[in-house]
Amino acid sequence: MVNLTINGRNVEVEEGTTILEAAKKINIDIPTLCFLKDVNEIGDCRMCVVEVEGRRGFATSCIQKVEEGMVVKTNTPAVIEARRIVLDLILSNHDRECLTCTRNGTCELQKLAQEFYVDEIKYQGERNRHEIDDISPAIVRDFNKCILCRRCVATCKKVQGIGAIDCTERGFQSTVSTYKNKSLNDVNCTFCGQCIEACPVGALKEKDGTVAVWNALKDEDKYVVVQTAPAVRVALGEEFGMEIGTNVQGKMVSSLKQMGFDKVFDTNTGADFTIVEEGNEFLSRFQNSGTLPMITSCSPGWVRYMELNYPELIPNLSTCKSPHQMFGALIKSYYAEKMNIDPSKIFVVSVMPCIAKKFERTRDDMQGAGYDDVDSVITTRELARMIKQAHIDFVNLEDAEFDDPMGEATGAAAIFGTTGGVMEAALRTVQEKVTGNHFEKLEYEEIRGQKGIKRATLNMNGTEVKVVVASGLKNAQIIMNEIKEGKADYQFVEIMACPGGCVMGGGQPIRTSKERANIDIRAKRANALYTIDEKSTIRKSHENPVLKKIYEEYLGQPGGHKSHELLHTSYIEREKYKLDN
Amino acid sequence: MKTLEEINKIREEKRKELDLRVNVGASTHEKHILVCHGTGCTSSKSPKIIENFKKIIQEKNIENVRVIQTGCFGLCAKGPIVIIRPEDVFYAMVKPEDCEEIIEKHIQNGEIVQRLLCKDVDNTTVKQLDELNFYKKQKRIALKNCGVIDPENIEEYIAFDGYKALEKVLFNMTADEVIEEITNSGLRGRGGAGFPTGKKWSFTKMAKGEQKYVVCNADEGDPGAFMDRSILEGDPHCVVEAMMIAGFAVGANKGYIYVRAEYPIAVKRFQKAIDSAKEYGILGKNIWNTGFDFDLEVRLGAGAFVCGEETALLESIEGRRGQPRLKPPFPANEGLFGKPTLINNVETYANITKIILNGAEWYSSIGTEKSKGTKVFALGGNVNNTGLVEVPMGVTLREIVFDIGGGIPNGREFKAAQTGGPSGGCITAEHLDTPIDYESLQAIGSMMGSGGLIVMDDSKCMVNLAKFYLGFTVDESCGKCTPCRIGTKRLLELLTKITEGNGEDGDIEKLERLCSNIQKASVCGLGQTAPNPVLSTIKYFREEYREHIDHKQCRAGECKALMKLHIDSELCKGCGLCKRNCPVDAISGEVKQTHVIDEDKCIKCGTCINKCPFHAIKN
Repeated sequence: MVNLTINGRNVEVEEGTTILEAAKKINIDIPTLCFLKDVNEIGDCRMCVVEVEGRRGFATSCIQKVEEGMVVKTNTPAVIEARRIVLDLILSNHDRECLTCTRNGTCELQKLAQEFYVDEIKYQGERNRHEIDDISPAIVRDFNKCILCRRCVATCKKVQGIGAIDCTERGFQSTVSTYKNKSLNDVNCTFCGQCIEACPVGALKEKDGTVAVWNALKDEDKYVVVQTAPAVRVALGEEFGMEIGTNVQGKMVSSLKQMGFDKVFDTNTGADFTIVEEGNEFLSRFQNSGTLPMITSCSPGWVRYMELNYPELIPNLSTCKSPHQMFGALIKSYYAEKMNIDPSKIFVVSVMPCIAKKFERTRDDMQGAGYDDVDSVITTRELARMIKQAHIDFVNLEDAEFDDPMGEATGAAAIFGTTGGVMEAALRTVQEKVTGNHFEKLEYEEIRGQKGIKRATLNMNGTEVKVVVASGLKNAQIIMNEIKEGKADYQFVEIMACPGGCVMGGGQPIRTSKERANIDIRAKRANALYTIDEKSTIRKSHENPVLKKIYEEYLGQPGGHKSHELLHTSYIEREKYKLDN
Repeated sequence: MKTLEEINKIREEKRKELDLRVNVGASTHEKHILVCHGTGCTSSKSPKIIENFKKIIQEKNIENVRVIQTGCFGLCAKGPIVIIRPEDVFYAMVKPEDCEEIIEKHIQNGEIVQRLLCKDVDNTTVKQLDELNFYKKQKRIALKNCGVIDPENIEEYIAFDGYKALEKVLFNMTADEVIEEITNSGLRGRGGAGFPTGKKWSFTKMAKGEQKYVVCNADEGDPGAFMDRSILEGDPHCVVEAMMIAGFAVGANKGYIYVRAEYPIAVKRFQKAIDSAKEYGILGKNIWNTGFDFDLEVRLGAGAFVCGEETALLESIEGRRGQPRLKPPFPANEGLFGKPTLINNVETYANITKIILNGAEWYSSIGTEKSKGTKVFALGGNVNNTGLVEVPMGVTLREIVFDIGGGIPNGREFKAAQTGGPSGGCITAEHLDTPIDYESLQAIGSMMGSGGLIVMDDSKCMVNLAKFYLGFTVDESCGKCTPCRIGTKRLLELLTKITEGNGEDGDIEKLERLCSNIQKASVCGLGQTAPNPVLSTIKYFREEYREHIDHKQCRAGECKALMKLHIDSELCKGCGLCKRNCPVDAISGEVKQTHVIDEDKCIKCGTCINKCPFHAIKN
């Protein structure tokens, strides 16, 4: 243990603690901007500077470790002046169009400007101008707002192991850029959107989908169906000031109905289809010596990553579409037929925790019923924006139910939204199919939890099945290399592009650096999903009566001809960098 | 591969052969024509001079004459320099076409070519190098071999005690004894900050770790500084040997030298030195059967100033963007590839072998109480003898500028000198007698720096000077931390505003406030010292800043936007030269009548001032 004094108060902390953490322990707040715990600890914004007795210049509290007997002052006039000037300098080179910024109200820079009562920029001067990159279907980069904190760079490189973006140029001209300053669309970006989650300002954001949705709702000719992913309901409330991990499914459905969607369906039902199809595909590969291990395909960021980096493993990738795409295809086929609606008039909106789904929607082979499976993807954040635009008093809404017949889902589908959930849901089905037995114990503890890689060996009637679950692309890379090098004998692999799975998707509510450092956001959102599962009466996908009915009435067998047409897809090898031009 | 015995034998034989290099008038029938092949003289055709000499000697079939390419002699202002030994005749500003005359007259007939002899500032003709005032107050330790040996010939290095210090260390000293010797010598880092070298070595030795590294910082980046380049060009082996000694002392078996690729001659010679040392069995495994291994590698930098900052340098060696790491941890504990690393500057290393061979007591007898030994300066700017000088610590700036440098040319007045380049500050006439040592320079708001010393006369505007250095820093900032990335840019903008005549009341205070915060809040030395040129010029020349702001006046006449040219009717004879030469037809007037400048048209290029034979055009 180390003893030190901060602002005249003694504090005892463990060795290796930073000044910032030690101060937090005694409720002394130090402003930060570039700091992102465990991800970006480079101390370059200089907002967190403090005085340490006996030291020349200021100390960087976010990374400087405490020392025995250290005397720290966090709020002397000199420190405050330095921070104010640093803030002034950042603001002087920032596009201060706060009123028309997506991050208005959630911007960390804006908050600091409020806290420091910045009433004028004292050191005005030249500003860097950058072209906005909005070419990709998923991410918009507006580097006129970038403050060069490099949280996105560190996230892309250290968390995801990609490095699609990094610093280029020097000094005042420094900027975060891509290979040859190409659009994110044309480099090795997977559209996971973790960079957006890391950005303290509005330099990175999702490509807007709300306008298209409002237009569809306005269009009387359109039959607008909305579906919501499992992870949305446990995060949306945060946008309205509710506790992290609150399940707001009822309020969410209610608000969607108020906004005028013709039908509000649950992507969880789609997830049940995915499990049944994927389980079936796995069994078929497992029993007929097909390509193993089979790797899940419901995370589009992951799929794109694989197409870019491991095209030789494409045969291992499940051909199942992700739940919302399957569901969209069923809405435009089965549901349209059943309700006698012209499928060309149906407009399917997916509310997703994900940025890459915006890209996935535009992929080839995503027109199961002859029309785009999904017409618009909006993120959890965008849905919140729409609810706010509609001035719906979200917090005080009465709960409402999803519409029939595609609103009924199992507990297995709910846990799709967290790492290990897809595997667990699949195993519940596969195990029963393999053994022919009915199981009461449905929790697979070894693949739960927030570890990046989770391995397990399951015994199914004497047959061993080795599975592995990884979330975050850096972890995925480890597993893929094991497979590629023949060092792994897994049969079933679940990968989610975002660390923690969809609950931490790039489209989820953005939490500040301080919240990320001090709250286990992942676990809170994931636990909410496990609670939904626990409380569900049906917890195995194959037992979902809606599925049974649709297979009987329409699809035939899982993995059958019609299923393949509607619910499966194909993949292509992608160039990491387009070298033309 | 050579055994130690063979190396010692080479030394003995070669030393005899090369006696004429250091012994003026040595009796020998050989003559050595030494031609400077440093970067400066090379750019004024010294390779052609060497080629011509060799060709003529061959054609004329002259025996016992050798042409030697050497490193820098120091007096760059007089380059290309040719020295003929053993008589030590010093020819200045030699052209390739002069070779024939030198050979015919001097070599063949023993007759000195008078017209090529060097003229001292007082216009006296000087025959020998040592007679020049430029050399009289110098003491060459780091530059000992520069201009004496052929840097590409390891045997010439060996001849002058080369690799003797390494032998002494490997056979007769322990690592602790080496460090003690360096510590007792009082040697401090010559990169600029002056950290005690022995202490640095001892920290690295004490650091835990199997693998350790020794790094040489040769990323000399100050505008106008070329000390390190000259050492590497003139005596690369002394750095190789010192790095090996350092490796032995701290427990490292691998060294890297980080040199900017803009120093092609230095890079080539250093690489050659490594190759020769390997060939002679000096670098490699189990050196001289002592069990000591050492390998050395050159890493090229792309010329970023910030890579001279030790942690940015390490990042760059590791293949990443050159930007600094936060300290602590210091490189001694976590350096290159995360391993304990010793980083010293070229000039620091250049002192090591001499300390080992002559002892700490000898070294510490030179210099002042806290600053021992010598310091090499690259003397430039408005001074007669520009070039490379090595002086004992404690000499005054006046001695450097006026005795060694020969004073200010064109009869102008000394205004200030800048040490420490863009990280340093200016020293004014009132401080000319300040002894050159780390503490004294810091006390007057400047710093030792790595050795750039730029002299300025009264035609230099100090606001413009600050602007120049800030322009450099803005270009060279890595962009990592806010104060340096944006703050220096804002400083430059404020200075530009003032020099363009748009300065406002309060701008000086704004500059001062921003400067002091950039100093305190920046991540690395580059940012922390970037405001120094601004602060020191404000400190000593505040009134010049005020004149720019209050009266829109630049007394030095450097700030063009503030120039208001007019023709003095008393002096103008109406010759029309100004009118004819004005590129924008801003001058009108009849012959023999006073001419007039149209201020709206005038672009302040200054052509008329230079053309007027009567000095009638005034600012």
